[in-house]
Amino acid sequence: MPDKIKFTIDGKECLAEPGQTIYEAARANGVYIPVLCHYEGLKPVGSCRICSVRVNGRWMASCTQPVTEGMVIENAVPEVEEFRKAIIEMLLVEGNHFCPTCEKSGNCELQALAYRYQIMVPQFPYLFPKREIEAFPGFLLEHNRCIQCQRCVRAIQTRDGQKIFTMKNRSKDVRVNVDRKLAAKMSEDQIQKAMDICPVGAILKKEVGFRLPIGKRKYDHRPIGSEIEEKK
Amino acid sequence: MSKPVIATASLAGCFGCHMSFLDIDERILELVELVEFDKSPIDDLKKFTRPVDIGLIEGGCCNVENVEVLRYFRKNCRILVSVGECAVMGGLPAMRNTIPLKECLEEAYLNSLTVAPEDRLIPNDEELPLLLDRVYPCHEIVRIDYFLPGCPPSADLIWEALTALIQGRPMKLDYPLIKYD
Repeated sequence: MPDKIKFTIDGKECLAEPGQTIYEAARANGVYIPVLCHYEGLKPVGSCRICSVRVNGRWMASCTQPVTEGMVIENAVPEVEEFRKAIIEMLLVEGNHFCPTCEKSGNCELQALAYRYQIMVPQFPYLFPKREIEAFPGFLLEHNRCIQCQRCVRAIQTRDGQKIFTMKNRSKDVRVNVDRKLAAKMSEDQIQKAMDICPVGAILKKEVGFRLPIGKRKYDHRPIGSEIEEKK
Repeated sequence: MSKPVIATASLAGCFGCHMSFLDIDERILELVELVEFDKSPIDDLKKFTRPVDIGLIEGGCCNVENVEVLRYFRKNCRILVSVGECAVMGGLPAMRNTIPLKECLEEAYLNSLTVAPEDRLIPNDEELPLLLDRVYPCHEIVRIDYFLPGCPPSADLIWEALTALIQGRPMKLDYPLIKYD
């Protein structure tokens, strides 16, 4: 068995398995690093940068960066936390996030992160962009709320490995694109999986909604990440 | 020392934040001891009668009257607080922000299925405040000192914020207090 890797996060001495990313190793050591585009079991892409940490003084995305021996990682320090907060605020103003009307409210990871960081108002002006809502046989695609994390692109495929969700356009015009023919064949379970894997309310299963009452939703009482922090 | 004076207003809102304010229940007796009310829908005072310490604003700005009232508040209040999603980010009224105003009016007063053919008319009376091109969060019109998100913000959040401001201490914002819905 290869030796464990020693590293520190905010001065706390930690051990990692070889090949683990900083995010995975931190989690295993009871340290929460927020993620948005990353989802357990999916290949990380490191696109949202919410998981950024400072390693030996350099900024790195902890969901893609493997741990190496002797890394000195800064996580919950003001400069890193302020950087993450700014990303959340940019995401909030970049789309149209009307939480009171959104059925993902209370189970939304973007909202949960904003709660965790106690964002009372974003420091940036709201853009109110014009976006479409697309309807498919079993679900809706709400572009107003999509944060282009690509979780659905990576997680949802047909049985023979074809992608149902892809990305189109570039830069600020980048959008999730759905293959209509393949989407029409999606099973109920697959649609539910797509909705659950979406961190925001961009993929919504039709004919169900607001199933959990206020007070019973995922982030009503405890901040996102507290289950990781309580482990150690 | 005289009591701190507070004032409230509802701009492009639904009065839900004022209702939530009243949800402080029996603490309202304590509030009467703590503050005095000036211009507010609660006491129906239309004009400020003295300088105000804390102004609570519900709702964003969707027409010129909202802007006028908001500026009037800024002029007369030492501390101005945006209360609720509409004041903070435009809220539900701001859902029209991605649709041109002309289209909104045509849909509501000309093309909607519920408009009787003989009633097809876009209101245009000088008594009516002009609509703005879009709905603006309050802090895009005047300087706002504090923000309380929520639709509505819970009575506990409003109470905590108000008592903290009155007592000049930092707000104690427990996790369940900050909600956007």
